[in-house]
Amino acid sequence: MTDSATTPGTDVMIRLDRVRKCYPGQAVDAVAELSLDIRAGEIVVLLGPSGCGKTTTMRLINRLIEPSSGRIFLDGKDVTAVNPDLLRRRIGYVIQQVGLFPHMTIGDNVGLIPRTLGWDKARTKARVDTLLDLVGLEPARYRDRFPKQLSGGQQQRVGVARALAADPPVMLMDEPFGAIDPVTRERLQDEFLKLQAQIGKTIVIVTHDVAEAVKLGDRIAIFAEGARLAQYDTPERILSEPADEFVSSFLGTGTAVRRLGLRRVGDLRFEPLDGTRPIDDRCVVRADQSVHDALDVMLRTGSEIVTVTDGTGEPIGLLPFTTVLDHHPTDGDDPSRPRERSGH
Amino acid sequence: MSFASYLAQRWQHILVLVAQHAEVVAIAVSIATVVGVGLGVAVHGRPLANRLALAATGTVLTIPSFALFGLLIPLVGLGTAPTVTALALYAIFPILRNTITGLESVPASVADAAIGMGLSRTRRLLTVRLPLAWPVVITGIRLATIMVVAIAAIAASVAGPGLGQLIFHGLAHTGGVNALNDTLAGVIGVALLALALDLLFTVLFRLTTSRGIRD
Ligand SMILES: Nc1ncnc2c1ncn2[C@@H]1O[C@H](COP(=O)(O)OP(=O)(O)OP(=O)(O)O)[C@@H](O)[C@H]1O
Ligand SMILES: [Mg+2]
Repeated sequence: MTDSATTPGTDVMIRLDRVRKCYPGQAVDAVAELSLDIRAGEIVVLLGPSGCGKTTTMRLINRLIEPSSGRIFLDGKDVTAVNPDLLRRRIGYVIQQVGLFPHMTIGDNVGLIPRTLGWDKARTKARVDTLLDLVGLEPARYRDRFPKQLSGGQQQRVGVARALAADPPVMLMDEPFGAIDPVTRERLQDEFLKLQAQIGKTIVIVTHDVAEAVKLGDRIAIFAEGARLAQYDTPERILSEPADEFVSSFLGTGTAVRRLGLRRVGDLRFEPLDGTRPIDDRCVVRADQSVHDALDVMLRTGSEIVTVTDGTGEPIGLLPFTTVLDHHPTDGDDPSRPRERSGH
Repeated sequence: MSFASYLAQRWQHILVLVAQHAEVVAIAVSIATVVGVGLGVAVHGRPLANRLALAATGTVLTIPSFALFGLLIPLVGLGTAPTVTALALYAIFPILRNTITGLESVPASVADAAIGMGLSRTRRLLTVRLPLAWPVVITGIRLATIMVVAIAAIAASVAGPGLGQLIFHGLAHTGGVNALNDTLAGVIGVALLALALDLLFTVLFRLTTSRGIRD
């Protein structure tokens, strides 16, 4: 069984080496000479406008689309010419439209690849139950249902569980939270991050939602037309130092606020508790919440200062609005301010 | 002789003919299912082969059954052989067409997921595409069955087995004793057999189609 026992952040798990894809009959390349390294254990988000080649790039990795030229490496080995079915069993793939098998129960959907790999019934069932638990679906309740008996969000999770079934070291997810309402979407994203903290896969996610990219990505690859890699960096650096005009215009306004979401309250230097002040229980944030959440509390309650608590709800300090301001870099490159375009 | 006393006297003989009738239909439809589904799978995704197969098997349907039975005599002789051959030829088209339609109705996302998870071609066919196409395929088999139950009656013209013998005998001896009763028994027998097979398929459909794709 494969396991991502590699040290996160060091080994390259996926390497695209000058990969090019030109669809037959098309004048321009959908992907033009793309080179991209994705390290083991990290979440890389492919972000870019519609039609820029995100899906094509992702499907080049598991060779659902064969490259016109260039080479693809997985875990150091050239997989450009290996049997694609064998390659795909090492790469979990969550397609945008979920694509559960409607004639199979949830359990059979998730267990199909383990069964194909020759696992016995008992081992498969144990695996299915573990995975359903992992994605927050009670096995006893959902195992024997059919896909049509699940909500869209639940189906989405089954899709993720199915892709995880054979414990592949790599996961490709094409807009996995695409067709879900904002509230459920946010919850699924949170669950997903928790899940990744447990399983530590190498994950490539496609999205065209900046907020989602910032929230989920260890690194973000911003694509321009033809899968030209406009910038490939951490969310923090992409938001604070967009590489060019294309990136900053794609990120749009609000990047300063988005950056607040990247920072934990606990990372700021907050002030000691001040015994004279009664604690208003509406003006409270946990240290593991984001600065964005803290600001949200301030705006909602009209208070310039909030109490910070630890995981158990015990107050540990105070966070005034001025601290939030002080900690927020406001360099001239701040993309939230409209830039002056050179006129032509 | 009244129809009732005719039945009372001849029911055993009639039942034997019903059984023979059902038997040739079953054999012919089984052969046609293997050929039709196999052909459907083979031409799926190949537009030219697809059209050729449909055109060829569809043309068979335009040959009057009387003529087809006759044309087969020099090739396979008289009796059961031309009967089964002709019925199978007629039954292929509905089964082939529904197999093609069924396979085409598999949602692209489902097919994509199956490829993406590394299922081999054969696996995809057996575990995903055919089971999903099955409700449409079995409907084709059902249509083919009902259709050939009626055509099988003509098989008596080439000395084929079944209820056609009663009908032909009755028609050949119009005015004779029991001529009308023979014809009537044959015609009613065919209709009842068709009805019974139709019911059988309703049950088969429920037994063989996943609850996940039944409404
Ligand atoms: N099968 C195909 N045949 C021809 N051209 C294609 C095909 N699939 C995609 N393209 C073209 O390739 C380019 C990249 O498409 P791709 O689907 O990778 O974009 P994307 O970044 O995923 O867009 P979106 O955000 O809208 O999903 C587009 O210009 C598209 O029109
Ligand atoms: Mg896409």
